[in-house]
Amino acid sequence: MAGIPHEHYEPKTGIEKWLHRRLPIVAIAYDTLMIPTPKNLNWMWIWGIILTVCLVLQIVTGIVLVMHYTPHVDHAFASVEHIMRDVNGGWLLRYAHQNGAMLFFAAVYLHIFRGLYYGSYKEPREVTWIIGILIYLAMMATAFMGYVLPWGQMSFWGATVITNLFSALPFIGEPLVEWLWGGFAVDNALLNRFFSLHYLLPFVILGLVVVHIWAFHTTGNNNPTGVEVRRDSIEIAKKDTVPFWPYYVIKDLFALAVILALFVIIVFFMPNFLGHPDNYIEANALATPAHIVPEWYFLPFYAILRAITFDILFIDSKLGGVLAMFGAIVVMALVPWLDTSRVRSGRYRPQFKWWFWIFVANFFVLMWCGSQPAEGLVPTISLLGTIYWFGYFLVILPLLGLTEKPLPRPATIEDDFDEHYPVDGGGATASSSGGRMPPSTVATPAE
Amino acid sequence: MFRKSIMALAVSLALAPAGALAAGGTGYVDDIDFSFEGPFGTFDKYQLQRGFQVYQEICSGCHGLKYLAFRDLGRMDGPAFPPAQIKAIAAEYTVLDDEAEDGERAGLPSDLFPGNDSAGAPDLTLMAKARAGFHGPSGLLINQLFKGIGGPEYIYSLLTHYNGEEQEVGGSVLYGNDTMAGGWISMSQPLYGDDVEFLTYTATGTEAEDYDGYTPPEATQEQLAEDVAAFLMWAAEPAMVERKEAGFRNLVFVIILATLLYFTNKKLWAPIKRKPA
Repeated sequence: MAGIPHEHYEPKTGIEKWLHRRLPIVAIAYDTLMIPTPKNLNWMWIWGIILTVCLVLQIVTGIVLVMHYTPHVDHAFASVEHIMRDVNGGWLLRYAHQNGAMLFFAAVYLHIFRGLYYGSYKEPREVTWIIGILIYLAMMATAFMGYVLPWGQMSFWGATVITNLFSALPFIGEPLVEWLWGGFAVDNALLNRFFSLHYLLPFVILGLVVVHIWAFHTTGNNNPTGVEVRRDSIEIAKKDTVPFWPYYVIKDLFALAVILALFVIIVFFMPNFLGHPDNYIEANALATPAHIVPEWYFLPFYAILRAITFDILFIDSKLGGVLAMFGAIVVMALVPWLDTSRVRSGRYRPQFKWWFWIFVANFFVLMWCGSQPAEGLVPTISLLGTIYWFGYFLVILPLLGLTEKPLPRPATIEDDFDEHYPVDGGGATASSSGGRMPPSTVATPAE
Repeated sequence: MFRKSIMALAVSLALAPAGALAAGGTGYVDDIDFSFEGPFGTFDKYQLQRGFQVYQEICSGCHGLKYLAFRDLGRMDGPAFPPAQIKAIAAEYTVLDDEAEDGERAGLPSDLFPGNDSAGAPDLTLMAKARAGFHGPSGLLINQLFKGIGGPEYIYSLLTHYNGEEQEVGGSVLYGNDTMAGGWISMSQPLYGDDVEFLTYTATGTEAEDYDGYTPPEATQEQLAEDVAAFLMWAAEPAMVERKEAGFRNLVFVIILATLLYFTNKKLWAPIKRKPA
């Protein structure tokens, strides 16, 4: 599918022409910034920018933290306290990095839920979706390894529990875990390789983000109606879109400032609220914490891991839990092919909405389950939540697409927009009978 | 529908942290109204000085403070000990130094407090952040939003909730404590009241007028426990007040930025949305 037609960069001055013939970098920047974007995007389309800012924030704070951190089991914990106490602004760097990871995950979950609700994964955006899932997996690996670096109790025992998961694999399990550890226990070798990989993976994420953006700039953004931008001509495409600069840049910057205000409140006034007190105790291989839990953003998957408490045929409960945990993400990755509905946006799917919101609620129930000791009703609730998670992707979405009767959709994005902002509303910018949007205001900033 | 639910989602995200603490559970924890709680809270330097005295005269026998530097005692948003006194305090301790004769020498303000694991007791520098006093309801940690995480409250409660029971397990005595998880602790009751005689002003080099009108409170068990808990909170987070002050500056800046961007955005989109600019 060709991109949305729009006016491309034309080098005008001599030096622009000289450069353009050799390296069309200005053209790429221009086309990226000026990309026609559906004009009916709502506030759920801000998370991409928030996530990009999170990535930059994490890389910048991380690079400076590395200058003061010591990746050695005898010094790591003390070096973090050195950062907190002796390094100028060190406490800010570290709290911003720690809570920045949490903002990153909060935003990525909202971003994923947005995609699931509005069907952003559906044809032709499957590749964007798959790359997004890869980014999410890389984020999880990065966050997990980063959490190990301060070498607190939860760092150490979290690393022990999670690396031990691989021992559940038949035959190769035990040697694989020893290979991961670089020894026979979680120790200095593991801390060093996690440190190395924690520094590497964000740049892998950065590369994936570029490809993610490239992919949806090829297909064009989805939008709340799920109706595609008309591509017959530049003029017609302009009726459905506005250029990304300045319209969405400014809108996203405003959203970013609001999110940053919340972030400032957390970082400066309650920086430890979302963390675990046990990680202020130095790692001790001889003292197991009463209750080992991951950070909140992993809790739903931790609950799924622990939900499988029984053997299934030749698969024991441990391997079953590991398969369920990874499977939970695999089924999410496959949703473009599991959802059979021809209607893209959940806005026009009356039954889907219900199942979707139960899915969201279930996510939080699982999060709570993951935070609780596996006793009493918790394993049962976790199992029900796990069944719903898989049921949503493997049963509900495939069947719903076949049985559900969708609501009527607007024919064009322009129709949807005009319904919110009636043409006769202002009067000052009366448009022609062709329903043409004030073209001058749209085109001017592009020049 | 979606937009409205975002608020709910965001709130739930904010309220459902990792936490999940305290399975086998902390016991009884009092909620103390410390001066440093809340966004405007600051440390009370007299309380920190008293708390330091409690640490030095009682706790330091078994517990180290190995991440804290002597010089930090001079922080004006902390105990604000004058420089001469910090020198004197540091000199009371012996620190390890490979370059010194016998490998040790008297402490200097630039040194860290020594560690102390002679009795196998945990280091106290970070203790106020390594314990949570409040968890509920149902492990959702919502009450931490109102009461704080509760580290210093935990320390206060632990020190004041010995119940007088004792038992011997494997040759060592355990003491009954209603705050300690499991109900038994190997530390005997350290504070009874009047264990420390609070100074009316702090010794060497102190500007006397700084203490005009300051009368130390009665050294009850509760007062001693509260003071040492406050001191340990400061020791765990010496930059707390600096952090909050920076927080207000940042918040004001971001709110102004958000306001300007709100109106910029509104004006920018007005012609597209056919609204008066």
